[in-house]
Amino acid sequence: MKTLSQTRSRLMTATTAHLSIQQVSKVYSGRRTVLDKVLKRTSPDFTAIAEIDLEIEPNTFVSIIGPSGCGKSTLLNIIAGLSRPSTGTIILNDHPITGPGPDRGVVFQNYALMPWMTVAENIRFAIATVYPQMPVVEQTAIVQQYITLVGLQGAERKHPHELSGGMKQRVGIARALAINPQILLMDEPFGALDALTRGFLQDEIERIWEQDRKTVILITHSIEEALLLSDKIVMMTRGPAARIAQVLDVPFPRPRKREELDQYPGYHTLKAAMEEHLSNETRAVEEARIHASA
Amino acid sequence: MATNRILPTTTERRRSLKFNTDQRALILFFIILGAFLLLWELGVQAKLFLPIMPSASQTLKDFWFWVSDPFFDYGPNDKGIGLLLLTSLRRVAIGFLIGSAIAVPLGVALGLSPVAAKAVDPFIQILRPVSPLAWLPLGLALMRDSEKTALFVIAISSIWPTLANTKFGVSNVDPAYLNVAKTLGASRWRTIRTVILPAAAPSIISGLRISFGIAWLVIVAAEILLSGGVGYFVWNEWNNLKITSIITAILVIGLTGLLLDRLFGVLQSWVSFGQRS
Repeated sequence: MKTLSQTRSRLMTATTAHLSIQQVSKVYSGRRTVLDKVLKRTSPDFTAIAEIDLEIEPNTFVSIIGPSGCGKSTLLNIIAGLSRPSTGTIILNDHPITGPGPDRGVVFQNYALMPWMTVAENIRFAIATVYPQMPVVEQTAIVQQYITLVGLQGAERKHPHELSGGMKQRVGIARALAINPQILLMDEPFGALDALTRGFLQDEIERIWEQDRKTVILITHSIEEALLLSDKIVMMTRGPAARIAQVLDVPFPRPRKREELDQYPGYHTLKAAMEEHLSNETRAVEEARIHASA
Repeated sequence: MATNRILPTTTERRRSLKFNTDQRALILFFIILGAFLLLWELGVQAKLFLPIMPSASQTLKDFWFWVSDPFFDYGPNDKGIGLLLLTSLRRVAIGFLIGSAIAVPLGVALGLSPVAAKAVDPFIQILRPVSPLAWLPLGLALMRDSEKTALFVIAISSIWPTLANTKFGVSNVDPAYLNVAKTLGASRWRTIRTVILPAAAPSIISGLRISFGIAWLVIVAAEILLSGGVGYFVWNEWNNLKITSIITAILVIGLTGLLLDRLFGVLQSWVSFGQRS
């Protein structure tokens, strides 16, 4: 545990963030103009998430898990500033979030790498956008540092179409981290990957996070993924008007190993609680859909 | 590891004895070409066609005359096919560059602004289907100069495909790329320059490719009414009743068009980087 405390002390000085989500709701307006009424195509408002309250402490790894369509991604997009909340505010280090910005690094599910840029150029694009005054030599050094961090040495000059899905997402992670954000947002980053690559990348995230403990918010469908990586797991109810059902603490010591995970005390209790919640919510979603279509 | 084979190898072995698809297509190509030339030659020998029709052998001989010495110059009405081609290519290049210099920036602007795109669309829809030759008299009236008129007609008819494709490419950039730029806090100008334009490049180039094809079609037609270039040559040789020269010109025009289209194809795949375009 000595290395752990050393890492902790080093990270007291690292940039990280306290995030406070206060009464955040997102309502998508339905059609109800005069024209819509004439054409009889009015639709009611759709409340994706309702009155979400969540405090995220610095240097914590938080996973948000819930049934599909519960507004997890909506919440993440609001934190990223890509979408505006209908009500409520999100405060990052005492400043309310009003739009997107480089204090938050985003890892996208579909990687979102520019296909015309090489691996190195994709990462450099992020750095040069955020730090336009930085000398090129320094930019190059940072690019190389993060390529090494995600283990992509040798692939610097490859274009995304030459990479596997797992390699693409490693570039996505390197790009998000290279701008040194205060908080890292990941929207189902491994959702499009096969199970083996997924497991491998989860281990990579665990390893990277041990080196650089940022505040992280991870959206996921996977219970194992949440248990392996998180300090806290936020379980959401089903939508519409999704809320936070429960916040679980994951007290397992770090660094964690996938193969030893189920030996930690409390692992099975936590896993059972999550499985029960998710299966109940998913069953309710399915039933609601049956009644809606009937 | 013969034990791991699932399929028998006989089908592979049988195929290797035959020609592949490309080779068979090439053989068929030569058979069709040979049959065509043979029928042509025999038809002329048997006087099946009008007397003006030259024989295949005569046409090939004259074709070789033109192609073997393309750059002679014996006065304004007696130039080699290479010089004529260069005259036409120069006109096409200048007209095409003028047209593209209007179409690409305008297309980008329309792609970025849905309101402007809707407002300008009626103008485009009305002008786009007009035959390029309908612009000729207008050009002559406005410019009073055949050279400028040629450039005007080329420019105006090469605008439309580039304009439409550029607009489409810019307005259909993958929102994921735009979100990346937004989350990094990129300025509007930086987003356009480093994200939107490269993402739209395959569409823009494919528009330019279609535009250039049209410009090459139009120049030959326009030159029939103007002077100089391969189009003028075609018309002049018709007045001289030299059918072999006309056929030569048709082949040279076609081959040049093909070559230029291939060059644009190379450019297109160069900017695509595995993007679907």
